[in-house]
Amino acid sequence: MRYAMAIDTRKCVGCSDCVVACQIENKVPEGFCRDWVVEATSGTYPKLELEIRSERCNQCGNAPCVRCCPTGSSFYADGGIVLVDPDKCIGCGACIASCPYDARYVHPEGFVDKCTFCIQRVRKGQRPACVEVCPTNCMYFGDLDDPNSEVSIKLKERKHKTLIPEAGTDPHLYFLI
Amino acid sequence: MRNSRRNFIKISSLGIGGAAVAGTAVHWASGKIINEAIPKSFQFKQTPTYCEVCFWKCAGWVTTDENGEIWKVEGHKADPHCNGRLCPRGTGGVGMYYDEDRLKTPLIRRIKNGKQVYEPASWEEAFTYIANKLNLIKEKYGPESVALFTHGSGGKFLGHFLKAYGSNNITAPSFAQCRGPREVAFLSTFGELVLSPERTDIRDTKCLVLIGSHLGENMHNGQVQEMSQAIDNGAAIITVDPRFSTAASKSKHWLPIKPATDLALLLAWIHVIISEGWYDEEYVEKYCFGFEELKAHVQQYSPEWAYGITTIEPQTIRETAKEMANAAPAVIIHPGRHVTWYGDDTQRLRAVAILNAILGSWGRRGGFYNPEKIALPEFPHPPFPKPRKTWKDAFPEQYNMAYEVLSTGVCEASIPSAERDSAIKGWIVNGTNLVHTLPYQQQTLEAIQNLELLVVIDTMPMEITGYADVVLPECTYLERYDAIRNSPHREPYLALRMPATQPKYNSKPDWWIAKKLAEKMGLGAYFGWKNIEEMLDWQLKKVGSSLKEMQKLGVKKLKREFDDLYFIRGQEIEFNTNTGKIELFSTELQAEGFDPLPKYTLHPEPEEEFYRLNYGRAPMHTFSRTSNNPNLHALMPENYLWVNPKVARLWKLKNGQEVWLKNQAGKVSYFPIKIRITERIRWDSVYMVHGFGHKEQRLSRANGKGASDTQLITNVMMDPIMGGTGMRGNFVTFLTEKPEKEEETL
Repeated sequence: MRYAMAIDTRKCVGCSDCVVACQIENKVPEGFCRDWVVEATSGTYPKLELEIRSERCNQCGNAPCVRCCPTGSSFYADGGIVLVDPDKCIGCGACIASCPYDARYVHPEGFVDKCTFCIQRVRKGQRPACVEVCPTNCMYFGDLDDPNSEVSIKLKERKHKTLIPEAGTDPHLYFLI
Repeated sequence: MRNSRRNFIKISSLGIGGAAVAGTAVHWASGKIINEAIPKSFQFKQTPTYCEVCFWKCAGWVTTDENGEIWKVEGHKADPHCNGRLCPRGTGGVGMYYDEDRLKTPLIRRIKNGKQVYEPASWEEAFTYIANKLNLIKEKYGPESVALFTHGSGGKFLGHFLKAYGSNNITAPSFAQCRGPREVAFLSTFGELVLSPERTDIRDTKCLVLIGSHLGENMHNGQVQEMSQAIDNGAAIITVDPRFSTAASKSKHWLPIKPATDLALLLAWIHVIISEGWYDEEYVEKYCFGFEELKAHVQQYSPEWAYGITTIEPQTIRETAKEMANAAPAVIIHPGRHVTWYGDDTQRLRAVAILNAILGSWGRRGGFYNPEKIALPEFPHPPFPKPRKTWKDAFPEQYNMAYEVLSTGVCEASIPSAERDSAIKGWIVNGTNLVHTLPYQQQTLEAIQNLELLVVIDTMPMEITGYADVVLPECTYLERYDAIRNSPHREPYLALRMPATQPKYNSKPDWWIAKKLAEKMGLGAYFGWKNIEEMLDWQLKKVGSSLKEMQKLGVKKLKREFDDLYFIRGQEIEFNTNTGKIELFSTELQAEGFDPLPKYTLHPEPEEEFYRLNYGRAPMHTFSRTSNNPNLHALMPENYLWVNPKVARLWKLKNGQEVWLKNQAGKVSYFPIKIRITERIRWDSVYMVHGFGHKEQRLSRANGKGASDTQLITNVMMDPIMGGTGMRGNFVTFLTEKPEKEEETL
């Protein structure tokens, strides 16, 4: 089992519903977020292109945060989801410094927090809150080992990319382009 | 404002009502949700609602825990408004409930030691005060002198109260400040309204044309979802916008038009489609009136003519016209929603309607469907007294085609003048922050000074509450019942809103406020039900459901009864116009003395060093009403001024730099706004998201963040056909130094 997410940049309008749904679902404290929206404009008026991406932890297969954690509180859980054990975490910030995607923050209660693919929902057979809420239906989630999962199907059908592949982190957040 | 009888009172001086519990109820910390972290003891309950953060009114489920604390709101899967997916505002709607700045108890304006202050009052005291004033106004001027401004579900009950009192002056800014021109244009062409949700069949379209309409940033949920489906289906999107909007970035063709010239492009498209013979001949022949007149009229409007005006190349105009014709009849030239731009808006929307008509998209799959809603009977009540006059009497012979009450008209009719009696003496304002909603802020404030009664009913201390004689705290939609949502769609649907929890503080639902006030004034017979449950159950049973059933279902789909979703080929149709046909040539406009066919008119342009002020929406905010919502504020705390890099270079502006704006009349923005340098905007205009720049300090998050476009809209181009207030003829320049402080007017 290998969980992954694919996001269709052709459909995403950058509304940030994924952000607010995550904050509410996971009780993320005010002023912090586990996912965010990037708008990348290229060209000059009127020859322009805009790519909108909903970004979050890439749930890397070769995660620098897991490698560099001095207490072993960052770990791979079921389906390759990278988690932080808040009881073991000392909030040193080594993982934050090592993450090329800037996906982690220090929770006011002193531990490091980040996207968990809503593992508490996934374990119950539900989709992550961001995927479930997205009004443009541009996010796909599932098991890469299952060829019939919606994420496997989309990655077969469509051209896609990952972010900063040169970092060699084996990211599992895909963008359909 | 000195010596005025109605000084602005900052509600901030009052910390009254129930204990303010800040923030959300955190029962478990975020990072801890990794191993079934939600305690098993939690008993979650789900109650149905429909959203009140915007007017799309998506149905959803509210999840509360055993303490009655609200956790989240999620979309209702069976509801066609949202298909189980709320937009960011709907998801963040919980913030309305938890906002600690909410109004907490009724307030009455009193004079204490020569100073005007708000005193906390009981509901009984507030009702007595209002009833006395309303009776006095009725005696002195007649009940028709009272008006209701409303932009929310509770308006149904307050409107019912006003009619019982004897006035029909019920108005929403959504007509004269927003969608009025498109409704009047489509009514005069097809004999029917566009309605809300719009009857656009975007789901099945092959070509969607957006003219200044920024779907995606304008987050009307169902439409955005369908646009996304259309992208999946490979539909061609054509976006006409001087700004590279989100929708423009999804488009096959983006036409970066010169602002204020859209009508020239529309006329050129009609010209091409007729002269090339690309129109739907059979449809036009069977259903349309005035084709020959139209053909002769648009002869003059060639793409070459339009090029010089719009800066869109003739080849592009022909190519996009062909794209539409190829897709026809599955093509939508979208009527837009906020369309009060330049004062000739009804005529521009007429051109949109005509273009749809000649392509045969009205009543066709992928074009415009025939929506249906059911007739929900009203709970029996005595007949309303017949008003002897209305706001309209203040404007004899004007705005005959305004089929709704003009908010700006009521406002104007509240100011005494030599030409007319001051017809309106009392306002009840519900869920609309008129100070940020109506253009001509000075006129709004002058009208307020001349009122004998101003009652404001809101959940938040919006600016308008500071001018009220009485402020009534309405509870949020998550804490109340409301009228059944009965909106037109592909099939008729009903949705129920019921309280997920008890109202916080001393706030109350509008149905209760209206009923209690009516009883106080001896009008209780108009609210003959014991409580709202009884009324809703009575209504629902009349249409084969019940309150009990709706509490379980939330949403109920009913059967279509009248016609089909689309016209059937060759079907005989009588349109609700003078000629019984789709009027390309409008006999109604002609009879009213207006151009029966749309003509291009030139609009004012900015002078040197000035830029056209364009404004729009952000997906996470609804006007100014969400700017203090803790969840949504966090997503976008302030607006930025979009400036083209060429302009920024000229003015030596930097990203994030704060500037003040001065408009063509010398009006300076009260707050500075930060610069966002972006290629996504033309060099002749600037852009900001509407709804920021709050001066009210009691809005602790929103206060002082960003600038207000409304404050800078002092030039309004009135649409003579229906009284729409064109607001896009204002020009601003940059002040990089903090200006001398203006006299405080707001």
